[in-house]
Amino acid sequence: MPTKRIDLLICCGSGCVSAGALRIKERMIEVLHQNNISDEINIIETGCMGPCDFGPVMMVYPEGIFYKKVVPEDVEEIVNEHFIKGRPVKRLMQQEDDKALATKEEIPFYQKQVKVALENCGYLNPEKIEEYIALGGYEALGNALNGTPEEAIEVVKRSGLRGRGGAGFPTGMKWQFVRNAKGDQKYVVCNADEGDPGAFMDRSLLEGDPHRVLEGMMLAAYAVGASEGYFYIRAEYPLAIKRIKLAIEQAKEFGLMGNNILGTDFCFDAQVRTGAGAFVCGEETALIASIMGRRGQPLPKPPYPANEGLWSKPTLVNNVETLGNLATIFLKGTDWFASMGTETSKGTKVFALTGDIQNTGLVEVPMGITIKDLIFEVGGGIVGDHKFKAVQLGGPSGGCLTNDHLDVKVDYETLKEKGAMMGSGGVIVMNDTNCMVNIAKFFLDFSVDESCGKCAPCRIGLRQMYEILERITKGKGKPGDIDELITLGNSIKQLSLCGLGQSAPNPVLSTIKYFREEYEAHINEQACPAKVCLDLMHFNINKDKCIGCSLCARRCPVSCISGSRQDKYTITQVDCVKCGNCLEVCPVKAITKESGMHDDMKKKLQDLAQEALEY
Amino acid sequence: MKTLADLKAIREKAQQEMKLRNSNVRVKVIVGMGTSGIAMGARDVMKAFLDEVATRSLTDVVVTQTGEKGFSSMEPVVDVIEEGKPGVTYGNMTADKARKVVVEHLVNGNPVKEFIISTEK
Repeated sequence: MPTKRIDLLICCGSGCVSAGALRIKERMIEVLHQNNISDEINIIETGCMGPCDFGPVMMVYPEGIFYKKVVPEDVEEIVNEHFIKGRPVKRLMQQEDDKALATKEEIPFYQKQVKVALENCGYLNPEKIEEYIALGGYEALGNALNGTPEEAIEVVKRSGLRGRGGAGFPTGMKWQFVRNAKGDQKYVVCNADEGDPGAFMDRSLLEGDPHRVLEGMMLAAYAVGASEGYFYIRAEYPLAIKRIKLAIEQAKEFGLMGNNILGTDFCFDAQVRTGAGAFVCGEETALIASIMGRRGQPLPKPPYPANEGLWSKPTLVNNVETLGNLATIFLKGTDWFASMGTETSKGTKVFALTGDIQNTGLVEVPMGITIKDLIFEVGGGIVGDHKFKAVQLGGPSGGCLTNDHLDVKVDYETLKEKGAMMGSGGVIVMNDTNCMVNIAKFFLDFSVDESCGKCAPCRIGLRQMYEILERITKGKGKPGDIDELITLGNSIKQLSLCGLGQSAPNPVLSTIKYFREEYEAHINEQACPAKVCLDLMHFNINKDKCIGCSLCARRCPVSCISGSRQDKYTITQVDCVKCGNCLEVCPVKAITKESGMHDDMKKKLQDLAQEALEY
Repeated sequence: MKTLADLKAIREKAQQEMKLRNSNVRVKVIVGMGTSGIAMGARDVMKAFLDEVATRSLTDVVVTQTGEKGFSSMEPVVDVIEEGKPGVTYGNMTADKARKVVVEHLVNGNPVKEFIISTEK
């Protein structure tokens, strides 16, 4: 029987933990002990609450007060003022127009969100099955077990749920294929090999509400007739692995997993397999190979895993978020789910907002929301005084959208049409200080590294594209390079064996499509308009502003700045290493970044080329 | 666990433990914990409430606190807010009075008139 009067929920998602949530928890235990009120307050570690940028965050129930950016020094004030005297600490609440927003409901970040998969994330203790059950957990499974597997498939089909891993294949249809496939043994695999830079949706869900994913897997298993399941989680997610293993243990303890579940004929067991963090293992055939202990390389399809998957048996592969939606669909009904979203894309989607955006974090919004609402309403807009330039959706497999696309609706078809893709849900927002050629190079670099090397278009073609981009950013681009990139990109997309190669050229192709003039400036004028590519920009000292203080010259690591108080200072351009120290130390802001290679440098390169010829 | 009924039983028990996070509780006991309230022994009053609510397994009651309420001369002050009924404010509370309020008001549903200092309209 509880004698507690306060539930203190400390967000212990990876974002808040790295911001110091555990230190706050320790300090809290200490201070509560000093004040002799330890037994009145429940400290609960939850999964990600969403607004990672505000981290560490916490919520205090029964009032539902939301505190952000808490540091260990704040703990004493929270305990003395709020817990003992009942006066919530306004200073630590989210502020808007001089008003402190006390509860989550008042904060704009949460207002446009609709939480389905993330419903309990940040609200329950992920290490206690009882809390999940209290919130209606495993009821969907119980109800489904009273019906036939066909009925369960029908529910998912009617809901219009599509795969949340990126490609968006209708989930119900996938289930039907596995159900129809002949085999004495069938498997369900949960794909938790989330590898996109800037994506953390699956990790947060597994960490924050593991039982929901487990229940989803069991629903899927019952529907397709599988008796064994595997969670394939990358080794970089130790907390997710720990939590899902604990969830499996607890489910077994409670008799919700094992033989004759809830008195029916349904038997199910699940295991965890950790991947070594190869991006290609997110591709289902490579993932299956990896589970079997083979090298993680994709296979040509068909045969599809639905017919020949794990150990050549019919296998269903679903993404974490897809499984996370199931319990709620079964409980609240298909009409409710299908009422959200657009004609072809139903329900909600979890996105990880990162980059130059105010509210970095984990959000869940209805499908069909516009890019503008996602970035400026939910995301709070761009940090600082900069302007929005582009957004990369779908990570290294996706494409970028620009200012012209702010009214584009987020759904599978529309995004594809515009050259981006839903992807797993990574949203990287970029401001006007980003060079799009450089961004494309960054993503391509990732794909080149992650290519498994099995098929030539991906292994050799991507490397070729990378080398062209490399030379463009070094000022050695040639006329025709852009067309070469487009030709290569399209061929790789058509000829590659798996999704990695088929989508890897997307960042390059979409940046060429929308920012062609930047590529042209790099090649024709040897200038980087965003002043990012070091070879295509230079620093300049404005002699009218310079006061001759010599700070820049003293800070220059290669001593390429010279002058005197009378003559002011100048940079010897050919020796400059573009470290930017001078820009930082100049007290009168006389030093600026200029686009384009300096004429002295151009001349030096020409002389060198000439010398080489003569030699 | 063998049936859906078993699951339901576990759920009900678990819901009690999460009741603080649930806004649908039958009765809220709000103890005024401003400086004057604490000086007059509001902590003991709250502890008595917590203890009595726990020993009687009143699973639909939440005990919480608030700041100064402005009744400095009648501290400690306690609000009892019951769903669908006007809120009641008790004044000059002690631990013993608190225990009596739990028994009479929270269990039997009869507000303890002699401790009441104001009733919500």
